[in-house]
Amino acid sequence: MSVNARDELVRSLAGLALFADLGDPALEAIADPDWERSFGESERVLRRGLSGGGLFVILDGEAAVEIPDGSEPRRLRRGDFFGEVSTLLVCKPTADVVARTPLHCLEIPGPQLEAFLLQYPHVTYRMLQTVTRRLRDLLE
Amino acid sequence: MAAARDERPFPPGDYPVVVVGSGPGGLQASYCLARLGVEHAVVSADERPGGMFRLYPIFERLLSWSKPDAPAERGTRAYEWFDHNSLLAEEPEHQALVPAFMDRSFMVPSRAEMEAGLAAFAERVPIRVRHGCRWEGTRREDDGGLVLATSDGEYRCRAAVFAVGTTTPWRSAIPGIEDVPHYVETGRPQDYESRRVFVVGKRNSGFEIADGLLPWARQIVLGSPRPVQTSVIALATVRVRYLQPYEDFGLGGGTFALDLAVERIERTGGGWRVVGQGTTRPGAVDLEVDDVIAATGFTTPLLDLPGLGVRTVSQGRIPALTPFWESQAGSGIYFAGNATQGAPGLRKHGVGASSPAVHGFRYNARVMARHLAETHLAVAAPRERVDPDGLVPYLLEEVSSAPELWAQKSYLARAVAADGTSEIVPLAAFVDESGPDAVAVAVEMNAEGDVYPAVYVRRGGEVAERLLPSHQLNDFRGPEYERELRAAL
Repeated sequence: MSVNARDELVRSLAGLALFADLGDPALEAIADPDWERSFGESERVLRRGLSGGGLFVILDGEAAVEIPDGSEPRRLRRGDFFGEVSTLLVCKPTADVVARTPLHCLEIPGPQLEAFLLQYPHVTYRMLQTVTRRLRDLLE
Repeated sequence: MAAARDERPFPPGDYPVVVVGSGPGGLQASYCLARLGVEHAVVSADERPGGMFRLYPIFERLLSWSKPDAPAERGTRAYEWFDHNSLLAEEPEHQALVPAFMDRSFMVPSRAEMEAGLAAFAERVPIRVRHGCRWEGTRREDDGGLVLATSDGEYRCRAAVFAVGTTTPWRSAIPGIEDVPHYVETGRPQDYESRRVFVVGKRNSGFEIADGLLPWARQIVLGSPRPVQTSVIALATVRVRYLQPYEDFGLGGGTFALDLAVERIERTGGGWRVVGQGTTRPGAVDLEVDDVIAATGFTTPLLDLPGLGVRTVSQGRIPALTPFWESQAGSGIYFAGNATQGAPGLRKHGVGASSPAVHGFRYNARVMARHLAETHLAVAAPRERVDPDGLVPYLLEEVSSAPELWAQKSYLARAVAADGTSEIVPLAAFVDESGPDAVAVAVEMNAEGDVYPAVYVRRGGEVAERLLPSHQLNDFRGPEYERELRAAL
């Protein structure tokens, strides 16, 4: 059982666009058991107004971005990431992210994100593409 | 023998709660439940308390401190911070038992000293345990209750507390690793005299082996995909095991710590071949060695609990838990001891809780017992009350000296409600669950190792965080802190 669980995590990462350029050695390095997170349905993952969070990548399940202005929560699914703004800018998140189903994530702790992004520039490039798309969608 | 067996407590039957395990987690959980008046049975496969400390005698000395003399008086609540290995008790005669058995050669107890402290706790309190009774399976009844099948028969209960440790050897998915000995099968250090040894894994157990073999082996190579987080280790109790081999690596003394994804392990004529790819530094690695040891860690023996909805984290090794250490599947499946690390808390700045160690999980057990008693058995647990006029100095005293907050940084908090009721709570529960207006304080640490108080004020369902400055001597009781805290409130 345990052998499969580790292999499953590496394979799960390999199937995400964010990590599509990485080989198995790099994926095994990223599949850090200390970074694996599991949340129950309705549990808060990212907390508005609280410092010290990290960058989350959804491996399985669904979450929602909940902003107190009453707007429709944005749905997040496998492969989506969140928490990058508060982590990169070292500020408090302005929205909650709440698990809508049992949620399986990878969390890269804030203090380790810079080293991570420099270590894996292909991941950084793909993150930049996604963030740029979000910006374009907002401006259009 | 048969007559002696008949004298064991807790025969199979119906109990409100069943605790499985007689290590420090099980003993602490039982003590805390008993203090709340919760009737429960304790069953354990071991023949006496603290089986973990006999199962793997390679642990000849613990990592965590117990300082017989410390800035706080032995037996006081503040002293608990300086004694990371004793179990908690309200009665003075049952407190701080581990230092009483230490010969003071080191400030960390030996395995035997730790086991003696645990045994004394179980005997003196006393904690009654049905030893020699092995938990073998679990099922859910139609009424929501649980049935634990054991080697002695079935136990029915409303809630179960599994304190079974994280003690089952675990191997990563490397072809050939099943043929090499696991950490628990490591021989005596002298068996490795003049040999080249490859250790799969660069965490606690890998470096512990390397540390033990340094005086004997010709060469030691440790390999795993992730780099060693030296900045994190420098602040952790495991540095005792890491630093000597890592220093040897840094100085070119013959030890290597490689960031390596091992692809396969093959048996050769006289030894082993280890083949892999570098991660931090890409490139093929192909090594011929005399011995390979899989220091790939442990897993919690969950048996059939996943069939009841218990999910896992950490590559399937640890149960995924709520902030009150109940399985995310809910309904009365709780954990105590090392497995409580499955409730990660906020992990602010990536700083983890001390739940894998006694000094962390002993406090988890106390909070868990209250939650279980109130949620599943409608037992009203008593709470302290704080005079509103004394709230500010009370909270500042807590962040300066409360062992719960110091042991479980960003994890456990002192919460005081508007009506003055006060208790230790999981910080994640305080900030995420609705409740009356209240304030909670925690001790926190950032990635640079600065320690400072954090204040969380819940008003109208919204929680606001305010971080107070650090202090050179970790004393947060002065007028500057009083002003800051009053402003936050």
